[in-house]
Amino acid sequence: MHDNEHTSHHEESFLRKYVFSLDHKTIGKQFLIYGLIMFFLGGGLALLFRWKLAYPEKPLPIIGVSQQYLDEGEVVTGADRMWERIYESDEEEWLELYMPAGVMTDAFYNMLFTMHATVMVFFVIVPILVGAFGNFLIPLMIGTRDMAFPILNMLSFWFAVLAAIIMMAGFFVPGGHAAAGWTGYTPLSADAQWTGVEWGQILWGLSLFVQGLSSLVGSINYITTVINMRAPGMTFFRLPLVIWSLFIVAVLLLLAFPVLSSAIVLLVFDRLAGTTFFTATAEGGGDPLLWQHLFWFFGHPEVYILILPGMGIASELIPVFSRKPIFGYRSMVYAMIAIAFLGWIVWGHHMFQSGMRPGLGSIFMTTTMLIAVPSAIKTFNWLGTMFRGSIRFTAPMLHGIAFVSMFVIGGLSGIYMANTPVDVYIHDTYFIVAHIHYVVFGGSLFAVFGGIIFWFPKMYGRYMNDVLSKIHFWLTFIAFNCTFFPMHILGVGGHRRRISNPLAEAVEVVTQEQTFADMNIFITMSAFTLGFAQLILVFNFFWSMYKGKTAEQNPWHVNTLEWEAPTPVPHGNFGQIPTVYRGPYEYSVPGEEADWTPQAQPEHAPATGGD
Amino acid sequence: MLRWLPENISTFGQGVDTLFSAIYYITLIVLILVMATLIIFLIKYRHQEGKKATYIEGSTTLEIIWTAATTVIVFVLAMFSYPQWNKIKSPNQFPENPDVVVQVSGKQFNWDMTYPGPDNEFGTDDDLDLENELHVPRNAVVHIRLTSQDVIHSFFVPQLRLKQDALPNRFINVWFEATKAGRYEIPCAELCGFGHSEMRGYLNVHEQTDYDAWVQERWPQEAEGGQ
Ligand code: HEM
Ligand SMILES: [Cu+2]
Ligand SMILES: [Cu+2]
Repeated sequence: MHDNEHTSHHEESFLRKYVFSLDHKTIGKQFLIYGLIMFFLGGGLALLFRWKLAYPEKPLPIIGVSQQYLDEGEVVTGADRMWERIYESDEEEWLELYMPAGVMTDAFYNMLFTMHATVMVFFVIVPILVGAFGNFLIPLMIGTRDMAFPILNMLSFWFAVLAAIIMMAGFFVPGGHAAAGWTGYTPLSADAQWTGVEWGQILWGLSLFVQGLSSLVGSINYITTVINMRAPGMTFFRLPLVIWSLFIVAVLLLLAFPVLSSAIVLLVFDRLAGTTFFTATAEGGGDPLLWQHLFWFFGHPEVYILILPGMGIASELIPVFSRKPIFGYRSMVYAMIAIAFLGWIVWGHHMFQSGMRPGLGSIFMTTTMLIAVPSAIKTFNWLGTMFRGSIRFTAPMLHGIAFVSMFVIGGLSGIYMANTPVDVYIHDTYFIVAHIHYVVFGGSLFAVFGGIIFWFPKMYGRYMNDVLSKIHFWLTFIAFNCTFFPMHILGVGGHRRRISNPLAEAVEVVTQEQTFADMNIFITMSAFTLGFAQLILVFNFFWSMYKGKTAEQNPWHVNTLEWEAPTPVPHGNFGQIPTVYRGPYEYSVPGEEADWTPQAQPEHAPATGGD
Repeated sequence: MLRWLPENISTFGQGVDTLFSAIYYITLIVLILVMATLIIFLIKYRHQEGKKATYIEGSTTLEIIWTAATTVIVFVLAMFSYPQWNKIKSPNQFPENPDVVVQVSGKQFNWDMTYPGPDNEFGTDDDLDLENELHVPRNAVVHIRLTSQDVIHSFFVPQLRLKQDALPNRFINVWFEATKAGRYEIPCAELCGFGHSEMRGYLNVHEQTDYDAWVQERWPQEAEGGQ
């Protein structure tokens, strides 16, 4: 079982091997690097507008003019020189349009937060969780040689690249980029006259449409692979939970994304062909609420697409490093299925204050509150897994624990907003921003970090540096909480979201306005720390790829099949397809010598495999 | 956290605040319990030489208990919330015979307030248009006819615990009764373009006598006007 024999011996060209690869592992790594690059872009956008929120009128560091220049017109810094040049040139320069003298305009601020959220949701979290982990893990963990449709798989990646290019192009077209929020509410997004944005909004739609194609072919592939290509003995209830989560997410993507794509087509018609699907005119026409219904009918399943694979990853990390079976395997599966079902009937909780009929609000409140139940079940099961375990505080485990604790906070804040009367007050305040980031950053991203460190030895045959990983973890964990926890308080104080100048905010709402300004500065400082901490991760990632300690075949002593494959995993994955004899979480089985019993180990044979 | 809530000045706001604090204490207790359990487990069950983990696959009893417990909690919360929600938002439960009716219309980036005048009808000569200033008496039922002239805006008065989106070509009714005189902000809570940040109007709650004087000033011939 441990021969390093390649199953296919033919030499592949460079292009086929590294660029237009058909190998699920390479495509997975491509998605990972793609996601990390986009992560830096999305994060950079956030830091830009966080500056504005802390110092609405102060020029940005580095590219803004200096104080001396403002006061006396004296050129002291490189930036001053640059601005002199810009002022002297006759052409309308990009920077001058959006950041005169280094102070961001309100219009550009709107573009930045719109693109920050769009990039993070569609180009970071989904590509990494679904594209990278999905591709890398599914064939390896179910015990097969590749995906069902390798060419579709490759297309899925290159569609995603195309979508990212289209999205980034939006910054450079006349009128600037989309500025109607990642939710693109109509009529604001439906007509250039309301924002001054011409092609940006259309490119936004086009890009998401292409990204939808990428998700579509990807999800068809995942579903087919999981249903048809499991190794002998790998029944559905022996699947690792991360595979369950990816399978469920593939179904959600397949059903949800076309709704967004259709809505986008109608939106583009509204903009280009003068239709009025999403705008109400005096003569009749469509309805702005139709867009919201379509968007959130897609959007709520989408937020569960963002979290389910994170839950799956945490469900791998916690048993492995507690050396215990997952607590309540079946209830974990049923909880995920329940979340996936309920996820379709809660979209209206984003529209409580939208003018939707109040009676509907009550119904959506009920279904939304219900979704807290499977979320709670999962949390208790993770705790149950650690109960009487033998917990190892490795870097991946730290991230797994952070995932659970941050998800709890995000889930609990969800209850406030699910409650219609309370939502009347906190809707569209920073409370929502806090909630989003606790679930998506605190949840999904910590799982992503943990997953990267955990599977890195299988991906690249080396460990990531442990000290750097732990420094990165603690910095991220602390800076994350300093950045996002205070946002709950801002929200309760009435601080609206999506505003560019918080100094004017809430001046008479709350008498603590000075405190609000201070809090915004504190949040910005923490956000910069958080951003820079990520450089450690990236450095560690690329450095360890070449210089990391060489890893054994199964360094963490894990039961699942991906660790049966040799490292580095050859084309075709396994010498011989393994047979599965048991569930994925048989750790510390009584009577066994070792504290782990791999899925592929025949009955009554001693554990082997970890060198 | 609760002390950050701005002062409540509406009759239904108290109910919102009560729910808010109920949820606050419930979630706080859950959070403390979960975090404490987590930390205790992390310390107590950390890896120690020679100690193995105990093989436990799960417990159906526990699963049933915590599923049932969370279901009950969320349903009880929901039960208390329906009436409160209907009181704020369901037009058929609004107090009838409002003392004041005003049309509030959002536009990039202002609130247009229209008073129907003594004849109580919109679109007549005695209508009064005010930009960004809403005047109402204290302890009076006010009905707002909310609409928009361009994109979606959202009428938000934090102290009233009231928020409602304003949609173009639709009239959505909301109501409130303010219990304290003063001047309060009406920020726009829905992204409406580059001026969204600065879009705000003001709600002026007057004592009845001051309000009457204000009405008298606007519509001098009508002693009892502006109703
Ligand atoms: C216990 C579970 C949860 C509940 C009860 C819940 C409830 C809600 C509610 C009611 C809103 C709308 C609030 C408003 O706009 O007034 C909301 C917004 C949001 N939720 Fe959750 N949520 C839960 C979990 C999650 C998870 C797991 C994710 C994602 C990973 C998530 C992501 C989001 C996002 C991104 C928004 C904001 C969308 C926007 O307006 O931009 N939520 N949530
Ligand atoms: Cu939702
Ligand atoms: Cu607005």
